[in-house]
Amino acid sequence: MSSISPQEIKEEFFKSKMGLAGIAILGTLILISIITIIAIPIETFQEWNNPGNWITYPKVAVPIWVNFLNTEKIPEHKILESPNIQFNSNGEISLTSHQFGINFNYNDFPNDFIYLFSSEYLGSPLLQMSVLRPDGIKLELISMSLPHSNIKTVHSERIFSTDDAIKKNLSLQSDNFSFNLDRLSAEDIVFSKTQTNEPLKGNYIFSIDTYSIKSETKMLESKLIIGGKAFGIMGTDELRRDLAVGLLWGTPLALFIGLVVSIASVVAGVFYGVYAGYKGKKTDETMMRFNDVIYALPALPFLIILSVTISNSIFVMVGFLMIFGWVGIAKVARSMSLQIKTRGYVEAANMMGQKDSKIVLKHIIPQLLPYAFASIAISVPAAITTEAGLSFLGLGDPSFPTWGQILHDANTFGAASRGLWWWIMPPGVMIAITGLAFVFIGNALDAIVNPKLKR
Amino acid sequence: MDVILKQGIVFQVRAEITENPTIADSFSSVSEFEEFVQNQINQRYKILGLDEPWYSPQRVGFAMYKILLLDFGHATFLTSDAGSSDVKDIIFEKLPRTILLFTTATIIISIIGIFLGALSASKVGSIVDRVTSSFAIISSSFPVWWIGMLMIFLFSFTYQIFPARATPDIPSSDPGYLLSLLYHMTLPLITIVMIGFGSWAYLVRNFMVGIMQEDFIMAKKTIGINQKKIVYSHALKNAAPPIVTILALSLSGSLGGAIITEAVFDWPGMGRLYFEAITVMDLPVIIGSTYILTVFFLIGIFIADLLYGYFDPRVRTGT
Repeated sequence: MSSISPQEIKEEFFKSKMGLAGIAILGTLILISIITIIAIPIETFQEWNNPGNWITYPKVAVPIWVNFLNTEKIPEHKILESPNIQFNSNGEISLTSHQFGINFNYNDFPNDFIYLFSSEYLGSPLLQMSVLRPDGIKLELISMSLPHSNIKTVHSERIFSTDDAIKKNLSLQSDNFSFNLDRLSAEDIVFSKTQTNEPLKGNYIFSIDTYSIKSETKMLESKLIIGGKAFGIMGTDELRRDLAVGLLWGTPLALFIGLVVSIASVVAGVFYGVYAGYKGKKTDETMMRFNDVIYALPALPFLIILSVTISNSIFVMVGFLMIFGWVGIAKVARSMSLQIKTRGYVEAANMMGQKDSKIVLKHIIPQLLPYAFASIAISVPAAITTEAGLSFLGLGDPSFPTWGQILHDANTFGAASRGLWWWIMPPGVMIAITGLAFVFIGNALDAIVNPKLKR
Repeated sequence: MDVILKQGIVFQVRAEITENPTIADSFSSVSEFEEFVQNQINQRYKILGLDEPWYSPQRVGFAMYKILLLDFGHATFLTSDAGSSDVKDIIFEKLPRTILLFTTATIIISIIGIFLGALSASKVGSIVDRVTSSFAIISSSFPVWWIGMLMIFLFSFTYQIFPARATPDIPSSDPGYLLSLLYHMTLPLITIVMIGFGSWAYLVRNFMVGIMQEDFIMAKKTIGINQKKIVYSHALKNAAPPIVTILALSLSGSLGGAIITEAVFDWPGMGRLYFEAITVMDLPVIIGSTYILTVFFLIGIFIADLLYGYFDPRVRTGT
């Protein structure tokens, strides 16, 4: 145990490229977590498992940037929320018209389209939906009357492209198309060329007209969703969740788990080991035997048993991980303190009549600090991967979108054999990057603290 | 354990009675019926020896005797593929599969690891050394099961070379079964080896670097024995004791399989059994497999101790 001053460690550390790379990655990760916590509203995090929250998102959509790499453009998922509103009234009848323009420029049909609205009205207004295509053809999609009511009511509804009425309306206008419409779904007809069943590019205008008699209809909410196959920076999963949100939230969670587990277990281990080593004799013997018992426990089966029987809350899990984390460190700390104990200054302090606690805290622990920091850094990846592994087995905390949880979902929905790479790659890469950052820092520190490995 | 068993018996008796209403009809009063039920329960307690406390010598001795015969009783929920609920049958059905995959993988990993480690230790600072060290560091921060998922994605989805599920889909009586099993285990084997050998090489390298600086190696170098012979026969033999310990531990550890890796590849081995047993709290299976693994662990350590004497004569004492 050579004594190196903190100054020297700092200097040495900044000389090693590995350590700097680790610090850089860690800094980026911390930045990401801060941005996440500030920028993404906390509700999305709590609503992660609420399917209702994700209903307007597409199922297993690829990331949007795939379109930059491919020549075949995959239709993007679009949620149009701000229509062009026109209002006409001639006394008796008033007309509210909502128009959504979309520039459809892809080589594939969209998945579906959904019109989502909620309106406040009196009586029984008529709602008509039609689309004006780039080639000038206007297709009537649906015309329906909203449920009658004598008092002012709020009615909300979703009109799906799979609606039978839309299908019927389209087949009435089949003379626009020179092919058979029987087996095609509504979106394949609306976005199709007239000659062949291929996507027609250009500007489409969807208009929704609401006619009401004598009273005015107020549209409180009006959204048109063109269901595509590409969405967001990271795509979505089978449950329509935006993976970017999950990945971003995973960063602070992983850092939290890794750092809390490793710091707590290193601190506990160092104190336990130093105390045992310093006291010696019977105390040492009993403490080390207890240590051996925990050392001999197989960690993963025990963690599984604990999380099955007790609780799978993320905070309890952090506690479980700590139980198995401190053991090895305590052993090394004990042997180090046995060496330091024999040094002159410790004996001098002892002879001066200083309290044990003061000697341990002032003279022994500071000597162990470099080693402690190195082992904190080295034990972080293990904590993160263990948590990810437990989550992967389905024993994690389902209310938190950790990376392991995302991979668990990916595995249960067979993402690997279905080729949904955007669901598998990013969480694992994030785990690996986080692990690497700490391994780099740890190894750089380790090389300074144990110069023997460097030769 | 006792409490669970007792509850199980009570439940069993009650279920039998509700299934068979004629038993309940044949009693005139409620108290008579209750007495009958209690008698039934007590009888079964006695058969299982639950009327005595768990520490009574009779029960402990009997349990020991049963464990020696590898009789762990019957599983509560799980069955083997052949349909037997005997814990022994279940374990001995899963164990060979785990040996086939994980022990093979461990052997391959250790062979590659030892040679790569020795090679990089003989040329410290060379390209081989640096590549090995950085590979070890990088591979240690990837979770094996994630690499497994990637491999499935790459080799069974993108390039359809290997099957995604590791369980063979033909019955075990088929003559092509073995071939199919080998084919199915290729992908998990490659994955485990790929992730594992880096850290092995790194470990061996660190032991070897220490030994290569010893005086006797220096002496041999000055005599003029060639470098290869020094590394592979003299230095490696001196680094053997710690390597053998790790090898023995990882070989006996490999029998437990890897719970998560088996989950990814759907490999029906010990790890999967363990996981299933824990999630449904099937105590006989958990106890049985833990016992078997502990026995193998002890055997592994024992063999390692014997080998120690061979590699390092200083350890041999007495005669």
